[in-house]
Amino acid sequence: MSWRTFFAMGGYAAYVWSAYGFATVVLLWNVVSAVRKRRAVLAMLRELALAGQTPKETGRATLLSE
Amino acid sequence: MYKYASPKNFYALAGRLIPWLGAVTLLLFIAGLYLGLYVAPPDYQQGDSYRIMFIHVPSAWMSMFVYMMMAGGGLVGLVWNIKLADMLATASAPIGASLTLSALVTGSLWGRPTWGTYWVWDARLTSELILFFLYMGFIALQAAIDDPRRSARAGAVLALVGVVNIPIIHFSVVWWNTLHQPASIGSLGKIVSPSIYPSMLHPLLIMSVAFFLFYFTVLLIRMRGEILARERHTGWVAEIVRATPEIRGTHP
Repeated sequence: MSWRTFFAMGGYAAYVWSAYGFATVVLLWNVVSAVRKRRAVLAMLRELALAGQTPKETGRATLLSE
Repeated sequence: MYKYASPKNFYALAGRLIPWLGAVTLLLFIAGLYLGLYVAPPDYQQGDSYRIMFIHVPSAWMSMFVYMMMAGGGLVGLVWNIKLADMLATASAPIGASLTLSALVTGSLWGRPTWGTYWVWDARLTSELILFFLYMGFIALQAAIDDPRRSARAGAVLALVGVVNIPIIHFSVVWWNTLHQPASIGSLGKIVSPSIYPSMLHPLLIMSVAFFLFYFTVLLIRMRGEILARERHTGWVAEIVRATPEIRGTHP
């Protein structure tokens, strides 16, 4: 099978590749947002620590406002 | 086993598991995509458009499975007041919502060439759309409540009420006349003697396992973030924060 026939998907290229493209975006978003969320928490706690403050035990809006 | 129920130990265990889970998931995705897009033959009726199945069906299965994990976590948190269960529920919501969206969009892109329409307000599609709104409602509700314990409780109640939608999605193709086809693989019996060819079944099963492990990989990453946030007043988190070098890209 040539690359051209592979990408043509028997005439359904627009549907097949849009679907796979969308799913890829969803999966990548999941990884990136999960990693960034944890890093954001760490960065914020680090800033608090550098400012010499102890984080409060409750309330998350201040810490997790995204 | 119980040792890992403490956030501190869970955080460490998850950190060790994530690279392995992620690597296996990636290999399964590569194998599944190769078999599904390249090796499997075109369908005799649908041509190549049926290949959307390899991402649509796992997305749809996971949209329901993740919801049950979210509601289950909520229930355990509600009844036994276990923080990790609450965090599991909170961390599952965005993953489940995005996979529901993936099921809806890929299904729509599959529906156009096979049914002649992107969308129809039938039972299966509508109940799946409601599932998406349930996830969004859960996320919005939790974000609106500042106190983490009250936030977890409110979310759990919403998630548990919404569980009623899951059997509706599952049986919608049986109970109502719909454009959506009934399940090709719904029971163990059908796995043993399925109604689709092995060359199409194998990539579907591999992609399903890949999506399944993908959920757990991302779930663990998200739960680690949740743990740091909710245990921030503890000494061990302070220790981690102290050991963290300056993080690139997070400063304005």
